[in-house]
Amino acid sequence: MSSPAKLVSASGLRYRKVRDRLIEALLLAAGLVAVFTTLAIVAILLYESSTFFAHVSIVEFLTDTMWTPLFADAHYGILPLVAGTVTTTMVALLVAVPLGTTIAIYLSEFAPHHVRESVKPILELLGAVPTVVYGYFALTMVTPVLQWFMPDLPGFNMLGAGLVIGLMIVPYVSSVSEDAMRAVPRYMREGSYAMGATRLQTALRVVVPGAFSGLAAAFILGISRAVGETMVVAIAAGMQPNFTFDPRQPAATITAYIVQVSLGDLPHGSIGYQSIFAAGLVLMFITLIFNIIGFSLTRKFREAY
Amino acid sequence: MSASGAAAYLSGERLRRGVQRRKVLDKVFVLVGLIVMLACLAVLAILFIDLIRDGAPRFNLDFFTNFASRKAERAGILAAWVGTSLIMLVTASCAVPVGVAAAIYLEEYAPKNWFTAVIEINVTNLAGVPSIVYGLLALGLFVYQFNLGQSIAAAGLTLALLILPIVIVATREAIRAVPNAIREAAYGLGATRWEVTKDHVLPYSTGGILTGMILGLSRAIGETAPIITIGALSFIAFLPQSPIQSEFPFISFAWLKDPFTAMPIQMFNWVSRPDQAFQANAAAAGAILLGMTLIMNGLAIWIRYRFRKKINW
Repeated sequence: MSSPAKLVSASGLRYRKVRDRLIEALLLAAGLVAVFTTLAIVAILLYESSTFFAHVSIVEFLTDTMWTPLFADAHYGILPLVAGTVTTTMVALLVAVPLGTTIAIYLSEFAPHHVRESVKPILELLGAVPTVVYGYFALTMVTPVLQWFMPDLPGFNMLGAGLVIGLMIVPYVSSVSEDAMRAVPRYMREGSYAMGATRLQTALRVVVPGAFSGLAAAFILGISRAVGETMVVAIAAGMQPNFTFDPRQPAATITAYIVQVSLGDLPHGSIGYQSIFAAGLVLMFITLIFNIIGFSLTRKFREAY
Repeated sequence: MSASGAAAYLSGERLRRGVQRRKVLDKVFVLVGLIVMLACLAVLAILFIDLIRDGAPRFNLDFFTNFASRKAERAGILAAWVGTSLIMLVTASCAVPVGVAAAIYLEEYAPKNWFTAVIEINVTNLAGVPSIVYGLLALGLFVYQFNLGQSIAAAGLTLALLILPIVIVATREAIRAVPNAIREAAYGLGATRWEVTKDHVLPYSTGGILTGMILGLSRAIGETAPIITIGALSFIAFLPQSPIQSEFPFISFAWLKDPFTAMPIQMFNWVSRPDQAFQANAAAAGAILLGMTLIMNGLAIWIRYRFRKKINW
């Protein structure tokens, strides 16, 4: 620490002002890293895909139902990968939406304070488990259990992968939903209780409708998570592009395809190498749309009351 | 319902039964809620127990000191855990300073204008970008444009970008929790903005910043997809060059450019082998990985709890 005399002297003041300016510039530069990351992602995906789309017409890319870029008879139709992604995401939502909403209603409307405070962090651990571990779980535990009920189920299937992804996004869905429900003002609940409604009636007929945009946001952000999930599907759903919406089938998703190509040794600049950027562009586009809708909905419920 | 019917309803048995039924439903829902929650927690427990049970035959010292091998019983995770540690070192030393600085800027310095809004939107948006897209960014940018190759530096930087939003959001929350009165008092004594930040805001938000850092690293440690995309090797029978040298200048950064493997990659490699014997290796690696994430998360929860209790504004 400098002496007080120096701190208030003219040169000391000037030094501190200049230092403050410099530090502000440094901090701003750190903030800009986020902006540059986004720009770099968009630039890299567009740049590498542009060379891909110089070879493959966009019409073929969007309409062909075969995806075999690494075969001699190459087809570049993204539809099978999109079908795989849609199917696993739907299965995941069938798990995450009911479970996540129930937990959110319970935590927000029923649970005593200390239960909520101790359960939430534990629940969030479900989202913290490394996805490769979930992949192992889907392959060696969930699928064999499913095979008891469905003996014909192949070892690689989208059902097991989707169920596990669903579990993984439960804490995500429940925490955004709970936020939304707690944003519903107290007086609405009290009005309902005053009319003689029980907690469950209040929750289902007052709080849930009141928090509707927030619940929608939670589901949409959950979808975005499920769409981007990679390792579970790469391990447990098989990596064969397969144009089907039947969750009992093995299939590749957009993300699994990127992993599959990255595992091999494709030369930089080859069409296979470029195809993962085209696939990544589609993935980025899908999640971006869901994220924008989801975030604008969360902003809405935060402002509504 | 006629007026007399309504009166009968209100005074009669039916009302009581209706209320009774709703009260029962209320109780039933409490039960359902508890069961669903416990089921989710049970899954977590089953997952952990399953990994430990399957991996039990591999839990010995050799597993930690052996390289990968074609024989399942002799294969270990030496290269993987050394790789993961070095990657985490790079990730932490990039993501933490940049993330904390960005958060300080957004909370303490940024004027309220469209430009700040752009940065904020970017941070929110980056948190939602799938991790594999970061892998593609790294492949195009770090590996080929910056010519880092398939190295520890490339992997560490990739994961640093990936956890940057987590660190920024956690730090912002911690900074926002510092009451304004403290800032005003410091300004009142003639402190500059940086002095207020450095001497008051940052020390009081250390707990939150640490929590964010640990949560970010626990996310990074298990990330598999982005480093597969960069091209991590799964079979490596040597260690990166040591950061500590016996000769001057004693510290070397040559390891940054070395090829690597990491825990999640090693586990993925073992999972995807058809040979059943390797599943035990995968389970053991998974148990260690899961154990590390659980410990880190537990630590974060504990730190948050401690600091929250200690601080009394």
